[in-house]
Amino acid sequence: MQVKRETVYNEIFRISASQTNQPEWLKELRTEALSFFSEVGFPSVEDEEWKYTNVAPIARETFQYDFKVESKISEETISKFVLEEAKKSFLVFLNGRFRPEFSNAQSLADVKIASFTQAFNDPDLQKTLQQKLGSLVDYRKNGFTALNTAFIEEGLFLFIPRDKIIESPIQLVFLTENEKIAFPRCLIVMEEGSEATLIESYNRNQEGKYFTNAVIEISIANEAKLKHYRVQRESHNSFHVTTTCAEVQCGSVYDSTNITLGAKLSRHDVIAIFKAEGGQAFVDGLYLVSGEQHSDTHSVIDHVFPNCLSRQNYKGIVDGKARAVFNGKIFVRENAHGTDAQQSNKNLLLSNEARVDTKPQLEIFNDDVRCSHGATVGQLEEEEIFYLMSRGLHHSLAENLLTYGFAEEIVNKIEVDSLKSQLDEALLNRLKAKL
Amino acid sequence: MLLEIRNLHAGIDGREIIKGLNLSVEKGQIHAIMGPNGSGKSTLAKVLAGHPNYEVTEGEILYEGKNLLEMEPDERAREGIFMAFQYPVEIPGVSNSQFLRLAYNEKMKHLGREELDPIEFNELLKEKAKLVQMTSDFLKRSVNEGFSGGEKKRNEILQMAILEPKLAILDETDSGLDIDALRIVAEGVNKLRNSENAIILITHYQRLLNYIQPDFVHILADGKIIKSGTKELAIELEEKGYDWIKANSAHC
Repeated sequence: MQVKRETVYNEIFRISASQTNQPEWLKELRTEALSFFSEVGFPSVEDEEWKYTNVAPIARETFQYDFKVESKISEETISKFVLEEAKKSFLVFLNGRFRPEFSNAQSLADVKIASFTQAFNDPDLQKTLQQKLGSLVDYRKNGFTALNTAFIEEGLFLFIPRDKIIESPIQLVFLTENEKIAFPRCLIVMEEGSEATLIESYNRNQEGKYFTNAVIEISIANEAKLKHYRVQRESHNSFHVTTTCAEVQCGSVYDSTNITLGAKLSRHDVIAIFKAEGGQAFVDGLYLVSGEQHSDTHSVIDHVFPNCLSRQNYKGIVDGKARAVFNGKIFVRENAHGTDAQQSNKNLLLSNEARVDTKPQLEIFNDDVRCSHGATVGQLEEEEIFYLMSRGLHHSLAENLLTYGFAEEIVNKIEVDSLKSQLDEALLNRLKAKL
Repeated sequence: MLLEIRNLHAGIDGREIIKGLNLSVEKGQIHAIMGPNGSGKSTLAKVLAGHPNYEVTEGEILYEGKNLLEMEPDERAREGIFMAFQYPVEIPGVSNSQFLRLAYNEKMKHLGREELDPIEFNELLKEKAKLVQMTSDFLKRSVNEGFSGGEKKRNEILQMAILEPKLAILDETDSGLDIDALRIVAEGVNKLRNSENAIILITHYQRLLNYIQPDFVHILADGKIIKSGTKELAIELEEKGYDWIKANSAHC
């Protein structure tokens, strides 16, 4: 089994690598990443980090890789997934490749947007790309990050220059065809004092089986602010793995909201690292899974420097035979006095067969800090159900409305109206509630 | 007869709290039920509203001639029973106006009448909110979340105004209210009373009855109505205290 799957990826890597004119440093990085993958393979449940998430179904599967820029996804299909507010600020990824020709950046004149190939031809961009790519997400993190790195081809480099305030939300639209494997890769660099809103949306075009394995690296310089909404609504037969890492500098703010509704099996690793004093990170999320879905969130918030603030509020709703995993680590390093960190993970189980494994973890190596964390797993409150029923709502509607209310705290954070109402609608439909 | 309670025995967790209670309520009447703590006042309210934790072991309750005890709490509500909670529940994430419209439309659907869309409903809501002096800010906020005690009680009366029950049971709606809030709540209730509905006021203190005039006052002690009278009974009770009534009833 092991031999077979490595052979597959080795073989497609050989063809992919032979076709490119990438600079030497990237070719080397890719080759190293592949050999690391060949060594470690996919993670196994014996690995503490993957204890509750068995990725054997991914390892077993053989997907097709697009060697050329090609896909059958039409512009019309793409437009269905573009948000109203982002009609002139969306960037499209088809089968994992950034496709400028399908994108529209009319209202992003202040942003430098380049495919990796375009960036290689621009000396300034190439320098930053070389410096930052792979510096935040180490390919040695696990087999998935290694595989993504090995298949870096047409990624997106988004560069927001100093003091630029980008008004239009930048939407990244990811679409993958059935049977395909996609390795989206993004590097987002924000210079000092810039501000932007990023929407990372993984969409379901068809209800088929495919695999998205993404890596998103974000560098936020001093006094810069990023609002980051990540919405994963892939096909319920698909597999999805993403690693997101944001570095937060002096006085900068990383505010992320991560919504997981899709995929059969999904894993999100989200990491925020404070690289200087006085940064702020908000890493919130909602996972709502049912049927036989499996959702795993692993987060790390790393207080390396003093006087930084982090808030984490993750909520989970688990129905049917679904299973959710939340593992949230907060590190407060020796030097990080004045740290203010709070973490909460609340889960709602809607069926007897649903399951949640939650593990909030605080590791503190400094005394001068304010930290709290907590996790709950529970069911709907009987008193709340009775209250709603006493106003004439049927039992099931009362339950669904309360569940919706539970999720709303997270969805309400979203400041892009059409995205918020889309998610409201999705939640209500899913819960068969109405308002 | 709107409501008829006959020889009701009820309790919670196997403990009997109501021990043979009889009460008849006609349309257009206000009944006050007074009693010391633990006498069974709130239990009566919860049994009428259909709280699942309370068990009726004996007796019957007829509502408009139908067996109330066979109806689910939501059915009772749609049939016109409303309980204002002593401790209204907070529902985060659901706005007051969304919730009220949902409840209103469920009832309209049940009555075979037309449901209202958000714009139509907001007109109605604005009108009703004036009754309890609630601003539109309250309507946008999550149900009861972060509301003060007085705001929660006003919100209960607003719900009553929207749902227009035939029988409203106000469970210690006066508790925890300052005099201004009490006046607002009482005025709201007074505007909602008419010849077609009835109200049961459950209270520990007489002061609510200065604002809402009951037709009948019943004293509840140890799960039974031990004395019934008019509003003068409440004043007498206030003067002499619950010990008087207990001592008195022991002699009877």
